[in-house]
Amino acid sequence: MPVQRKKAVVEKDHCVACGCCVKVCPLGAIQIDRGRWAVVSERCVGCGRCANACPASVISVEVQP
Amino acid sequence: MSQKKKTARRWYDYLWIASALYLLLGFVNILFAWLGMICFLVPLGIALIGGNKSYCNRYCGRGQLFELLGGLGLSRRKEVPRFLKSKWFRYGFLIFFFAMFFGMLYTTWLVASGAQDLKQVVTLLWTIRLPWQWAHHLTNVPGWVAQFAFGFYSVMLTSTVLGLVTMILFKPRSWCVYCPMGAMTQLICKAKAGKSR
Repeated sequence: MPVQRKKAVVEKDHCVACGCCVKVCPLGAIQIDRGRWAVVSERCVGCGRCANACPASVISVEVQP
Repeated sequence: MSQKKKTARRWYDYLWIASALYLLLGFVNILFAWLGMICFLVPLGIALIGGNKSYCNRYCGRGQLFELLGGLGLSRRKEVPRFLKSKWFRYGFLIFFFAMFFGMLYTTWLVASGAQDLKQVVTLLWTIRLPWQWAHHLTNVPGWVAQFAFGFYSVMLTSTVLGLVTMILFKPRSWCVYCPMGAMTQLICKAKAGKSR
């Protein structure tokens, strides 16, 4: 069975850069880039905590191809 | 690797106490409202000089307060409606907030110039005028100093009430979605960094 890789994806156009996602990430895999929007690093395993915390609901966990 | 552990709380994780205290101090003496300028000048300064939103990300006591209250089970944790996170609402609210702020500055100027008497009221949600003369003790300060305090506290109390309502209805920090300071600092950061990448 192939392993599915999941990753958080930010709809950066509507991201408010509040940093709620940064606070809850257990891997330090999401950062706010120069006060503009959240950026997800390769360390992300797609646990979805950031998506739950995001007040603007602009983060979704997607299966990587 | 640099896997982040459950780190000890930092000093700035307690800034919610300052935000809660600020609201209480407005009931003790209205002149404490002036302290709210910190919540305006610090995020703007950080954005203008540092080009980041570490104020929102770390130091915003109000955001922490909503997070905390939401964590106590007071939030439904639902998604905000689509219109609330739209750009026109975010920037529309910023413009509305600006208009209200300059209206408040104009009233302060009217009192300073003697064209208008000091009004010892706190206006909640731009319409409800709450008598607040009981929190004005140092009556020897210039009228405009007190008028600004009443006006500024009105702004702070109104936005807190709005934030509390959306905290209950939606996610705890829903206020951040339409926070005028957050919108303004993000615009500054975007302008500073350029829209690259």
